[in-house]
Amino acid sequence: MSYASETADAPGAMARISVAHPRDFYALLKPRVMYLVILTALAGLLVAPGQLHPLLGFVSLLAIAVGAGASGALNMWYDADIDARMTRTSTRPVPAGKITAGETLAFGLILSGFSVFTLGVVSNWLAAFLLAFTIVFYAVVYTMWLKRWTPQNIVIGGAAGALPPVVAYAAATGTMAIEPWILFAIIFIWTPPHFWALALVKAAEYERAGVPMMPNAKGPDRTRTEILVYTLLLAPLGVAPWLMGFASVVYGVVAILGGGFMIAYAVNAYRVREGAEGDKAAMKLFGVSILYLFALFGLLVIERAIPILARMIGFGS
Amino acid sequence: MNQQSQNQAAPMLTPEQARSRRARNLAISLTIGALAILFYGITLVKLGMRMGPM
Repeated sequence: MSYASETADAPGAMARISVAHPRDFYALLKPRVMYLVILTALAGLLVAPGQLHPLLGFVSLLAIAVGAGASGALNMWYDADIDARMTRTSTRPVPAGKITAGETLAFGLILSGFSVFTLGVVSNWLAAFLLAFTIVFYAVVYTMWLKRWTPQNIVIGGAAGALPPVVAYAAATGTMAIEPWILFAIIFIWTPPHFWALALVKAAEYERAGVPMMPNAKGPDRTRTEILVYTLLLAPLGVAPWLMGFASVVYGVVAILGGGFMIAYAVNAYRVREGAEGDKAAMKLFGVSILYLFALFGLLVIERAIPILARMIGFGS
Repeated sequence: MNQQSQNQAAPMLTPEQARSRRARNLAISLTIGALAILFYGITLVKLGMRMGPM
């Protein structure tokens, strides 16, 4: 424990003062998840019609990212017992003793309130409500209820991770449309094969921690079948933005190829089941799924951002 | 005298505690400063949008 345990009752005694560094608080925000949220929310923002002032767009994006980070902090506060029992998460600030649970809860609640308030003031209250809903859904519905109760935890809980493009679209327009919900659906259907590929390899740890993930609750065979089914649903859905006319043909080609790769790796994970080779096949699918989502949303962002940047620096109409 | 008793009551920090507290204070200061600039900018943009083109 690096958290000083001495009391400050006696004059000159060692104080009970945290030795947490700012980077430990930053780690509470789950930065890698936050980067993905920034990318998907930016896609939602750019898909929206009209042009939001760049500063308002930037602050809206910042508020959505901080809101997502805050829900990550609340997750780390509640799940510290589970995190301590898993190698992947045992070095997180709370189980590592760098930050107390109380500090983590306060940090998460303050950032949640601040991000929702900021989004409401800067954009509109529909977007702020959707961000608040996302935080509550992740911190309460997923973390406190679904995660320890059902192997469908990440299927239903995945809705929280899929909402940022919808929140961003609402921030830009103050309304709703089909486009952000297509982006929502892509992330929502992508989540199970992505997480279950990792869970196949970490099944023993989830079992030890008492978390009913699909591989340890229903078995690896059922998990591989479901991964394949979700991937078969995901591949055509990934092409939808092009078919519906809000992404270019370049996006369409990348989505078709990427979907093909996802199916190929899911089939490989379905066929190769035993020992180290089975783990390797699952981890390959996990890695490809990250690349797939970054490619789709990265491309959406690039092809929308280029004309805007060109207008800003004086090219085009 | 009062100063002396205050000094006696002040908790002693280890070098690690002092270093991390300084880093946290700096991070909070920078965050508040950045937010002040950001909200100032937002206010100007919102005012400009209400006024419309001159």
